[in-house]
Amino acid sequence: MMMLGLGSVGLVLLSLAVQSGHGAQDSAVWSREETTERNYYTRYHNMSEITAWMEQMKRENPDVVSSMVYGQTYERRNITLLKIGLRSTERKKAIWMDCGIHAREWITPAFCQFFVKEILRTYKTDTKVNEMMKNLDFYITPVLNVDGYIYSWHNESTRLWRKSRSPGTGGCTCYGTDLNRNFYANWGMVGVSTDCCNLFYCGTKALSESEAWAVTDMLGKMREDILAFLTIHSYGQQLLVPYGHPNTTAPNHDELMEVGLGAAMAIKAVHGMDYTVGTSPDILYPFSGSSQDFARLIGIPLSFTFELRDKGEHGFELPEDQIQPTCEEAYAGAQHIITYTHDKAFYSYAATVTATLWTTLLAAWVSSAILL
Amino acid sequence: MDWTLLILLVVPTVVHGNPTVTVRTGSGPPVGSDQHPNSVPLSEETQTTTEVREVVVEEVMMTGVLNPSHYPARRAATVVQHYLNTRYGSPYRWIFLSKVHSGSAEDVAEMRKYQLELTMQEIISNVSGQCSAELLFPGGEGQSAPQVQASCEGLLQSNTTAQEEAFYQQHRASNNMVSGNDIPDSYGHMEPNMKPFWHLGGVASSFIMLKESNESTLYNMAQVANFTQLETEKDQLRVNYHVLLHEMISQEIIHWKLLVTWSPEQGVQVLQTELQPKCHNCEAPPNTTN
Repeated sequence: MMMLGLGSVGLVLLSLAVQSGHGAQDSAVWSREETTERNYYTRYHNMSEITAWMEQMKRENPDVVSSMVYGQTYERRNITLLKIGLRSTERKKAIWMDCGIHAREWITPAFCQFFVKEILRTYKTDTKVNEMMKNLDFYITPVLNVDGYIYSWHNESTRLWRKSRSPGTGGCTCYGTDLNRNFYANWGMVGVSTDCCNLFYCGTKALSESEAWAVTDMLGKMREDILAFLTIHSYGQQLLVPYGHPNTTAPNHDELMEVGLGAAMAIKAVHGMDYTVGTSPDILYPFSGSSQDFARLIGIPLSFTFELRDKGEHGFELPEDQIQPTCEEAYAGAQHIITYTHDKAFYSYAATVTATLWTTLLAAWVSSAILL
Repeated sequence: MDWTLLILLVVPTVVHGNPTVTVRTGSGPPVGSDQHPNSVPLSEETQTTTEVREVVVEEVMMTGVLNPSHYPARRAATVVQHYLNTRYGSPYRWIFLSKVHSGSAEDVAEMRKYQLELTMQEIISNVSGQCSAELLFPGGEGQSAPQVQASCEGLLQSNTTAQEEAFYQQHRASNNMVSGNDIPDSYGHMEPNMKPFWHLGGVASSFIMLKESNESTLYNMAQVANFTQLETEKDQLRVNYHVLLHEMISQEIIHWKLLVTWSPEQGVQVLQTELQPKCHNCEAPPNTTN
C-alpha cells in the first residue's frame, strides 16, 4: 500500500516534470537542434537511421549511455541495446525493454527511441528520474527483429511482414519464425503452428532463432538483477500480463493486475485512450513460447507486454502524426510500472523499518503512559 | 534500557517475493487440432514429409454474463461494428467500436446468441452513440454469416449529406476516373482526396468481414492495396478494390478483391467479392532470384 502510494506520488511528480519540460521547450527560442529533435521523434526511421541514432545517443551522453551488441540475427546483423544509467561501481538492478520483435509494428521502435530521449532529457532536472537512473540501469533494445524490420521497409508489399527472416526447413518454402513463440516457455504447446508458412510458426525447436536466443542469453545472465521486463508490440491498446499460456496463473497475478491497471490509468490520463489489462488468454488469445512468459518463468516479477495504438482504424500503419501522442501515453504507462518496480525494490526495506520503529516507539510510549 | 531492548527485538522484515519457478518442457498432453477455423488442414498443404501440427486450445465458449474486457465480448462487438458499417457506412461515415459495457452469451439450439451493450464511434465526425445489439453465430457445419440486430442512439447524428453529395457529383462524370494505391501507405499517410475512398473501402470490406466473422475471428481492414474507379452505371459510382484484411486471431493478412457501388441514395453495395490466394513464393529475400 505504502509502496503504491509512493509510486503514485512519484508518478504525479514525473508527470508534472514531463509537462513542465514540454512547456519550457515550447517557449524557448528554437535552435536548429531542438527543431530537428522535435521532428525526429515524430517520424518512423529505418534500421540504418536507428543505428546512427544509437551512436548519437552514446556520443551526446557518454556518461550515462553505452551500447552492447548481444547477439546476431539470422542474416548476421547485430542486435544492439542501449544501456542507460548513472555509472556506479556497484552492481545495479535493471529494467529491460525491447521493441520491434514483430517487424510490422513500426510504432514500437519509435517508442523505444522516444523513451530513451525522454529519460535522457529529464534525468538531470527531474529528481525521480534521476533517482531511478542512479539506482537502475535501463537496457533498451530499439529493434530486436532487425532482419524482419529491414524487410518490412523494402517496399509496400513487404510492409506487413511479422516474423524473423530465417528460411523454412524440410521442404517448406516460406520464411520466418514468430519470435514471440520461439522462447523456452511451454514452447510449442498452445497458439502455435508447425507449418513454416503460418504466422505463428514457432520454429523447429525452442530458441531455434538467434534473436530469441540473444534475449534468453541476456536475461539468463542478468536474471538476478532485472526487476521488470517490458516488451512492446502493436496494435490493440492492451497491457498483457503473464501467462500467455492458458490455465496457468503467475504467482503474483494480483500484483501484476494492480500495477497494470495503474499503468492503464496513467495512459488514459494523457490523451484519454483506453487500454485493456489482462492475461492474453482472457483478453486476446492463448499462446505459449513468448518472451513475456519466459521472463516471468525465470523469476522476473514484473513482466508486461504493451500493445500500443490503435484499435484497428489504421492498425500497423499508424500515421506519423500519432507517433507523439502514442509515445507520450505509453511512456506514462511504462513509467508507472518502472516507478512501482523501483520503489518496491528501494523503498520497501526503509519503509518497513520506519513503520516498525514507529510502532515500537508508540507501543513503548503507551505502555509507559499506562504504568505511570 | 527497555527501549533499546524493544527496538533490538524488533527485526525489520523485508519480504521478497520468491516466485516458484516452474519451467515446463515442450512435451505435454496432445492437443487436438479440431475445428479452429484458421487451422491449416493436416497433410493437404504440407510440402514436407513431417506432419504439420496446429496446436490450438479448443476454446470453451463462454456462457452467461461476459466480462466486457475479455475477448468473447470484444470479438462479438467487432462483428456488430462490421454490421453497422454495412448498414450505415459511406465515404463520409465509418463506425468503430469504442467500448463494450456489458454482454452475455448463451447457447440457443445449435447457435450461439450474444447480447451486448456498446458505445460505437463514427470516426470522421467523432460522434459516439450507445448501441444495443443481438448476434446469432450459426453453429454446426457451413460458413454462413452471423445474424446481427442493433439499435443505436445518437450515432448517426452527423450530417454527411452535403459532403456525400459533393463527392458523388465530383466523381460521377466519366471524364476522370480516379485510382489510387497503398492507402494508407507504410507511414500511415494518405492524400486528403484519397480519404473518402479509404473510408469507402473500409465500409465495403465490412461486408466481407461480417460474412467471414465467427467467435474465433477479429477483423480489421489493414490497407486499401489499390482501387480503380469504373464507369458510373445506373447512377452508381463503381469502384474495384483490392483490400488487405488483418485477421487478428491468426494474424493473417488476407487479400480480397471487391466490386463496390455507391450513391447517396442507395448507399454502399458490394456486387462481387473474390478471395485472393496467399502468395508463398513472394517471401524470398529481395535480392535472390528464385
